[in-house]
Amino acid sequence: MREITLAQNVLPELPIGDGAEAVIDWLTDRLGWLFTGIRGGVGGIVDVAEWLLTTPSPYVLIALFTLLAFVATRSWGLPLFTVLTFLLLESMGRFPEAMQTLALVLVATVLAVLIGIPLGIWAARNEKVSVAIKPVLDFMQTMPSFVYLLLAVVFFRIGRVPGVMSALIFAMPPAVRLTELGIRQVDKEVVEAANAFGARPREVLTGVQLPLARASIMAGVNQVIMLSLSMVVIAGLGGAPGLGATVVRAVTGMNIGMGIEGGIGVVILAIYLDRVTAAFGREGRGRRRSAAKASTDEASLSQSDDTDDSEGSDQATSDDRDRSISS
Amino acid sequence: MSKLRVSELTKVFGSRPKHALELMKQGRSRAEILEATGQLLAVAEVDLEIEEGELFVIMGLSGSGKSTVIRMLNRLIEPTAGTVELDGEHIDELDPAALRSVRQRKLSMVFQHFALFPHRTVGENAAYGLKVQGVEEDERRTRALEALETVGLGDRVDAYPNELSGGMQQRVGLARGLATKADIMLMDEPFSALDPLIRRDMQDLLATLQSELSRTIVFITHDLNEAMRLGDRICVLKDGRVVQVGTGPEIIANPADDYVADFVSDVDRSRVLTAEQTMRAVRRTFSPGDKPRTVLDWLDEQEFSGAYVVDRDKRILGVARDDRLASGLRSGATSIADLLTQDYATARHDTPLADLAGMAANSTVPIAVTDDTGQLFGVVPRARLLAALSSEEVEVDA
Repeated sequence: MREITLAQNVLPELPIGDGAEAVIDWLTDRLGWLFTGIRGGVGGIVDVAEWLLTTPSPYVLIALFTLLAFVATRSWGLPLFTVLTFLLLESMGRFPEAMQTLALVLVATVLAVLIGIPLGIWAARNEKVSVAIKPVLDFMQTMPSFVYLLLAVVFFRIGRVPGVMSALIFAMPPAVRLTELGIRQVDKEVVEAANAFGARPREVLTGVQLPLARASIMAGVNQVIMLSLSMVVIAGLGGAPGLGATVVRAVTGMNIGMGIEGGIGVVILAIYLDRVTAAFGREGRGRRRSAAKASTDEASLSQSDDTDDSEGSDQATSDDRDRSISS
Repeated sequence: MSKLRVSELTKVFGSRPKHALELMKQGRSRAEILEATGQLLAVAEVDLEIEEGELFVIMGLSGSGKSTVIRMLNRLIEPTAGTVELDGEHIDELDPAALRSVRQRKLSMVFQHFALFPHRTVGENAAYGLKVQGVEEDERRTRALEALETVGLGDRVDAYPNELSGGMQQRVGLARGLATKADIMLMDEPFSALDPLIRRDMQDLLATLQSELSRTIVFITHDLNEAMRLGDRICVLKDGRVVQVGTGPEIIANPADDYVADFVSDVDRSRVLTAEQTMRAVRRTFSPGDKPRTVLDWLDEQEFSGAYVVDRDKRILGVARDDRLASGLRSGATSIADLLTQDYATARHDTPLADLAGMAANSTVPIAVTDDTGQLFGVVPRARLLAALSSEEVEVDA
């Protein structure tokens, strides 16, 4: 006990908080034009997205969402879920708010992916970038989301833009990490093969590494969406419209019914977005599986179901077929 | 001039290779250099000359540096020192664009774990090298199909790699290597990941292809039997250095050191060694005019039971056997011409020992080894054959 007190007395108190404030003041002073520009640009994009999602009749939108669910999963479960839950949203009168939230999520996700994937590619190809980027990503992911919101409000004032910007920063790390991981996990020999035949670095990236990292990258996109949804809801505190605002109003007014309705809305959106993006992430595999089904060989079917990497996957089934070829 | 000429090719893994190179020049071993500098000397001063149309095998255990050597030939791994010349062109000095061009036109590669592109069809995989070259889609497909047909997979163009067995996948890898018609095909342990029966099939396929196409092939393996079956010449690597280069029979018959001797001790000698390496010179032959007594006395002295009788051109006329000679003497024969039997076996100089074994079982005289014109130029006594088949070293007269 005594030692701790001693340490507290001995250590100089570093004015981190004051320093940060000074930096931020300086930034808003000097780079005000930049923040105004971002505010205008991002604000414009959000407006368009919101307009697209709130102008048509809810029933048209629900039909479109259902169709998308079907295209993604090729089964009836998710489309059925979509119809029922989105109609529930509409009947609770929360559909417009849900669409406002969705607009923010989409914009934040698109921006996070547009920045995150190239960063991930860079990190995968350059050890120094990879090392430098890691602590930054850790920082971005673990800093409490309220703090982002605070900063975003300082820089961008209240409203939609700070919501999008804080979601962008909070949600981007998985896109970077999983892109880098996905590219690094591509079989080294396969990349060597492309190089050995004289492929240009760009051809190796777009023709081999990215397609093979696809599942991992899509898992990253899925996480980006889920994280930005959670951030966008919190951004209700910073004046962002949508389900977040509903929940904030409910909490401050102790309105339990409104709170539950808003909460259910968030859950519905989350499940829908997660299932749809997850299904798109699996699409590549699904296509190949159906190709395997087309071939009459049962052995190859059972193999291709659980092995996605091709590497020497099916020794067990190889013998008889191989011999039938050579004879 | 050699097709591919490698001189003093060296690779040091580590960030400060200079000191390691100096120690290498002083002849220090890999372990000593690692101890002293922390740098791994993977390949040390390898010199190779590979001729056009040759299937050249580089053999060594894991860690011998063989994969590193083959990757330095197309610079998937950058050499630390030394040169690689292909048709007189210095591969080691090319800028990236020129290197890509050489890789596209002159060097193709087949990988241990096939390294197929799982998201492309078999046809697209086989056509990959052509695609990179910028060949038109139609021509690409035709040429890829052609290559797939030579490996027996013409009917699976539209399948995906993961629908194929391991052996079939490697056929695709082989087709990809063949499709570009590159001058040199680098094969990095291409059959090691396959099970033994399939491996055998693939070796046969490669041998057949090679007899038709006569590509220059650099083939890596750790399997001596495979090296012996396929290789025109074999280079044995140990700890990054070349221990011996030679044909299979040369290496088996005259291993350069204990390491190679140990290596070759469990090879299937009966398939590699031939009559030529095992035979000895004929002690004495007789002509038809010789007297039975002369021959019998000699046989008695040598403790043999028969001797070869040849004409002036050293072509075998038959065998003079002791029992026939003795009965001939009793009936008063004056020459051995009428006493000969045809009870002997002949082999050619390149007949493998496995085939000699069967002949030796029912013959009283040593197996005769003849050349193309039928001239007798050596014999393989049974004891010598058995000694050669066991792992003991054989003395070679030739």
